[in-house]
Order: sequence, then structure tokens, then C-alpha cells
Amino acid sequence: MEVEAAKLIGAGLATIGVAGSGAGIGTVFGAYVSGIFRNPSAAPQAFGQVLLGFALVEAIALFALVIAFLILFG
Amino acid sequence: MAADNPIDPIHQFEISKIAPIQIGGVDISFTNSSLFMVFAISAVFLLFTLGLSKKSIIPNRMQMLSEMSYNFIANMLRDQVGDQGRAYFPFIFSLFLFIFFCNFIGLIPYTFTVTSHLIVTFAFAALIFLAVTIIGFVKNGLGYLRIFYPSGIPVYLAPLIVPIEIISYLSKPISLSVRLCANMLAGHSILKIFAGFTVMLGFLGFAPLVFLVVLYALETLIAALQAYIFTILTCIYLNDALHPDH
Repeated sequence: MEVEAAKLIGAGLATIGVAGSGAGIGTVFGAYVSGIFRNPSAAPQAFGQVLLGFALVEAIALFALVIAFLILFG
Repeated sequence: MAADNPIDPIHQFEISKIAPIQIGGVDISFTNSSLFMVFAISAVFLLFTLGLSKKSIIPNRMQMLSEMSYNFIANMLRDQVGDQGRAYFPFIFSLFLFIFFCNFIGLIPYTFTVTSHLIVTFAFAALIFLAVTIIGFVKNGLGYLRIFYPSGIPVYLAPLIVPIEIISYLSKPISLSVRLCANMLAGHSILKIFAGFTVMLGFLGFAPLVFLVVLYALETLIAALQAYIFTILTCIYLNDALHPDH
């Protein structure tokens, strides 16, 4: 296979990892929503934790994206 | 592949020399990266000199802003580390402000994002990692090694847990730096790619333009959030170093 074609396929495959992050962000916000319906008064305190969780999960997707970029442009 | 495309999303991250300086074979040129670091520091400096020039009891907007940012970080440090963390407040506060302003200045079109380069963020993360490790050993002696063996773990699990803990400890600076860098890199590339769609589609370009506006709002959120995350993780690592037993 040509190297260029293999690179494109590899970069495409590397972005599959983003799926896990999608599930993770869904879990974070899903748990937040069910949490604030159980105890609405705790929502402001929980939101800081949610943002932290969101950013941590989102970073995992970006690791996959960085690998894709490295394959494409590296 | 990227070269034959007129809209190159990576071009904005290129470093160009403004004033080439060579000392003893070491290249310490003043680059656009250094220039935007200077801008970020001037922005911090301006915020605080303007905000605190006349300290009134009823604060004006600038004073409000500088006091709010101070309180925000001070509260965060107190929540995460406790009273012992007060000694590290100047470092944490300047770290937050520098990353925050670098991220925000990078959002302005035709500017350069300092934090989108791995070497910049890794320098911070490596410094924090070294400092936290040294602080841990100075404050706790060899007892600091207990963080690799959390309490309440059965002895027969130790051969499994200890290597995992060591690897996770050593990967802290990598994940800390790559998180910030990748967020900035990916965000700015996506903005550029969608701006490219808008140009290429001509009349139909309003559709990606609407999306671009939404994306820009998200990027503004991400810029603030990543500065916050970087700082709060630094606080968490510092807390681990000061109180390794819980």
C-alpha cells in the first residue's frame, strides 16, 4: 500500500478513540443531571466537579486527535 | 498534502523569528511565541496596575475583576490544599493568569497561541512535577513513597498496585501538558478548518459560519476551563505532596 494512503487510513482509525470520550462526556453530564434532580440545592457545588470531569474526559479524545495529527502531518 | 491546500490549519502555529539572537551557538531568538508571552504578561500587569491603582471600598469594574480573580484562586487553593498551601499561592496565581491570558490572546484572529506548543506546556508541567516531588520528599522524607502504596490495599495486591501507581505518577506531567496543548491545538485548528469551509462554499458558507460562531463560544469556554483545569490539577498534585496519607 502507498504510504500516503496508509497514513490517511491510520489517521482515520486513530480518531476511533474519540468514541470513548463521547461515552465519557455523556456519563459525566448524565450523572450530573440525575444528581441535580435528586438534590437541586447541590447543583452549584456539583458543577465545578462536572467541569473538571468534563475537561479530563475531553482530554482523552484530544490525545487521540493528537495522534491523528501526528500521523497526518508528522 | 497540507502544502497544496491554500487553507492550511496548521500554519497559524508556525514559529517565526522576529529578532534572531545567537549566544554561543544557542538559538535564543525573540520569536512570535516570545512576543505573545510578553503580551500575556503585559495584560496581567495592566489588569492589576489599573485595577489596584486606586483602592476604593466600592470597587470599580477593573478592581472588581482583579479582586475576583484573586479570590477565585485563593478559594480554590484553600479548598484543595488547605492552609499549608498558602505559601504556594503566588506561583499558582501567576500560573493561572499566564495560561489564562495566553489562551485568551490566542483566540483573537491573526494572533499566536503560546500554549498550543507542547514545549511551553511541558516546561510548566515538568517544573510543577519536579517541584511537587521535591516538596513531597522535603516535607515527608521517605514517607512520601507511601503515595505509591495507598492504605487499605491487601499486601498480595502490592506487586500489581505499586507499578500502576508509579506509572500513573510518572505520567502526570505528560497528561497535564498534552491536555492543555492538545485542547488549544485542536480547538484552533477546528476554528480554522470551519473558517476555510465558509470561504470555500461561497454563498452557502453561512451554514458553517453559524456553526463557527457557536464553536467560538465553546472555544472561549475551553480557554478559561483549561487554565482552570491546569491550575486545579497543580493544586491536587501539591495536596498529594503535602498530605500523602489521604
